Amino acid sequence: MVAPGDLVRTAEALFSDGMRLALVSGHDDGASLRATYLFTSGPPDTRVELHVPVDRSRPQVPTLATLSFPASRFERELADLFGIEPVGHPQPRRLVLHQHWPAAWHPMRHGAGEPPEMRTGAGSFPFVPVEGPGVYEIPVGPVHAGLIEPGHFRFWVVGETILRMKARLWFVHKGIERLFQGKDITAGLEIANRISGDTAVGHALAYCQAIEDACGIPLSEDARVLRAALLELERLYNHVADVGALCNDIGFGIAYARALALRERLLQLNRDVTGHRLLRGGVVCGGARVDRLPSSAELAEVAHRFEELVELASSNALAMDRFAGTAVLDDTHVRDLGVVGVAARAAGVAFDARSSHPFIDLGSQFLPARQTSGDVLARYLVRIDEVRSSLAILSDLIPRAGDLHAVAPSLGIGADEPGSGGVGICEGWRGVVVHRVEVDARQRLRRVKVVDPSFLNWPALSVSLANTIVPDFPLANKSFNLSYAGNDL
Amino acid sequence: MTSAWPAPSVVAVSVLQVLGVVVGGPLLVGLMRKVRCRLEGRVGPPVHQPLLDLRKLARRERTRPDRASWIFSVVPVVLVATTLVIALVAPLLSTDPAFGWSADLFALIYLMLIGSVVLALGALDTGTAFGGMGASRAMTIGALSEPALLVAVLALSIPAHSSNVPTIVARSLAHPAWLATPQRLLSLVAFLIVIVAESGRLPVDNPSTHLELTMIHEAMILEYAGADLALIKLGESMRLIVLLALFADLFVPWGIATAPGVGHVVVGVVAIGAKVAALGVALAAFEVAVAKLRLFRVPELLAGAFVLAVLAVISALVVP
Repeated sequence: MVAPGDLVRTAEALFSDGMRLALVSGHDDGASLRATYLFTSGPPDTRVELHVPVDRSRPQVPTLATLSFPASRFERELADLFGIEPVGHPQPRRLVLHQHWPAAWHPMRHGAGEPPEMRTGAGSFPFVPVEGPGVYEIPVGPVHAGLIEPGHFRFWVVGETILRMKARLWFVHKGIERLFQGKDITAGLEIANRISGDTAVGHALAYCQAIEDACGIPLSEDARVLRAALLELERLYNHVADVGALCNDIGFGIAYARALALRERLLQLNRDVTGHRLLRGGVVCGGARVDRLPSSAELAEVAHRFEELVELASSNALAMDRFAGTAVLDDTHVRDLGVVGVAARAAGVAFDARSSHPFIDLGSQFLPARQTSGDVLARYLVRIDEVRSSLAILSDLIPRAGDLHAVAPSLGIGADEPGSGGVGICEGWRGVVVHRVEVDARQRLRRVKVVDPSFLNWPALSVSLANTIVPDFPLANKSFNLSYAGNDL
Repeated sequence: MTSAWPAPSVVAVSVLQVLGVVVGGPLLVGLMRKVRCRLEGRVGPPVHQPLLDLRKLARRERTRPDRASWIFSVVPVVLVATTLVIALVAPLLSTDPAFGWSADLFALIYLMLIGSVVLALGALDTGTAFGGMGASRAMTIGALSEPALLVAVLALSIPAHSSNVPTIVARSLAHPAWLATPQRLLSLVAFLIVIVAESGRLPVDNPSTHLELTMIHEAMILEYAGADLALIKLGESMRLIVLLALFADLFVPWGIATAPGVGHVVVGVVAIGAKVAALGVALAAFEVAVAKLRLFRVPELLAGAFVLAVLAVISALVVP
């Protein structure tokens, strides 16, 4: 517990120790409100939680926005969903709830009730106008061509050069965190599996780790092996698809077709692994369950086809020319914005939860992928490196798993601290996924806070676009490949 | 050039040319898609799919932007009409089509450019950001490809002492050695680059993308629907086949009917069909191997085409 008055000083000390703000969550404890700040660093895996009580009649916390950019966004989310005002915030605008929701409606408060009627004509979004000779605006979305989730992008452009881009998201805010509340642990896992379709393992794993942390459920080494294998299988099919999609966005169709065929092969393997092509149901609370893991021959075939794909794409001079120097995000940006995952590692910041918050020893041969140029090419190369390292990790883990199929969940053991909170951190394929749960004495979920890497990385896309040309935007966007579902929650 | 052909056969040949372009254009697009799909390891839609798409679109409702004026509505018609005129007068099947005297190479090229310009006007007329963006890009590319094309054409007309296409084709047939001269080969490459740029194909534009912000040609026609879109799609495919057929006539003219007679015309039909199909297949195969250029590199490519065309002219003047 930290008094509101001490928050800024304490946070400052933690930041100067090199910790990052992984999560801020609001809580409605009935009599009072509470804000929880989770700071993490590693290795060694270190987690510090600050709990700040908030007076219900005067819901305010001092802002950390001047210390950390992610904090400023977490605080705006807090203000929208809980009505907790960050005092001194430089940009106290709405983030999650669009303008047509009534200002006094905070859906995560108890008794907020059903969503009220949308107000029509509730004022427009305050885009910062950009003016000057020859500057024009291009509005794109929220509805896009193709199977893309909704997001509105507003470009200010001179000729073809982007001066500024503002992404407006949260068109599909689903209230997932609220959906968790009151559910039992197993029902919560089903929701976690579905937060973001392509990150089923990442979210299920972070959720289960958080539950195990909260309830004191022990986890066997066997279960860790299976979980690590599932996490790499998810990374594999997504990175392969991304390598192909990057080629597709520059009209290099043959590489895309090859990548999709390989992705399909991986999805079929996944179906054999958990019975679900997107690996749902593999991670369970207190354990893991697989029908079978891929054989080393199958992995070798995947590796061979992947190297063929890389050879095809990387030997194309036109493709590499499009990638190189496009949408540069340098390491200063990464540190200032708190960027995680592929985008951070492509800019030389080798932060990877598999080494900073490990749940299994991957051996000394595992090193986070790292590139330094921060452009589309770097993000492409990081993905290729990670596919290779995932294949290496899998061929190391699969013999360790042996004939292991399922590790029975050991639910119900522990729960030594009723009403306690727990944190789960894992490196999903996009970047670090963090869940924080609070469970009551009857093992019902009182609060689940989810942080998808996309929430932290979306602002980086806008920053990387400085001096990029409009027709390169789709390529830049694809090189980040951020999730709308994981962001909008 | 006075016609040595009996009037009925001239008319018949011209009707055949127009029909061939109208039906052959969509089939050519279908063939190129099929080749691309097969080379990429996919099955691909049937070759006649673009014709089915046209029928489907023609039955659909037209929608027009509220703020668009009459320009928006006449664009599809003008696009198809200008291309039809080229199909009518250009020597595609025989060296003596109807109104062959009017088939001046410069006139044909400017007929083609009328289509490009009205497309851009229609896009601007919609008042949308994408229309304006597409039009500005298309005009930038057009402004660079047009001089390259004109200079390449000049190189072709110098040895023939005429810019009348039937005359150039007839004289080329009479002097096959012309076809292997440096100026022919240089202008051939320039011509090919311009065809790729003008027909909106890789590596200049990607006709199959759904990414609005990268589009050039597709961005201009986003607002068209129903029969209007069908006309535009038809016009595009006709332009492509006409460009390839003109290319075939100018650089590989063999097989074209030089004398009246059913036999000659049949040979002409088969020859032009085979040449266009072969060019289409080659173009599709080339597209598989390349990625789209960064927009700012396109001028470099077109500047290259222009330089080749200038060299062709110099070589035509120096080595008659």
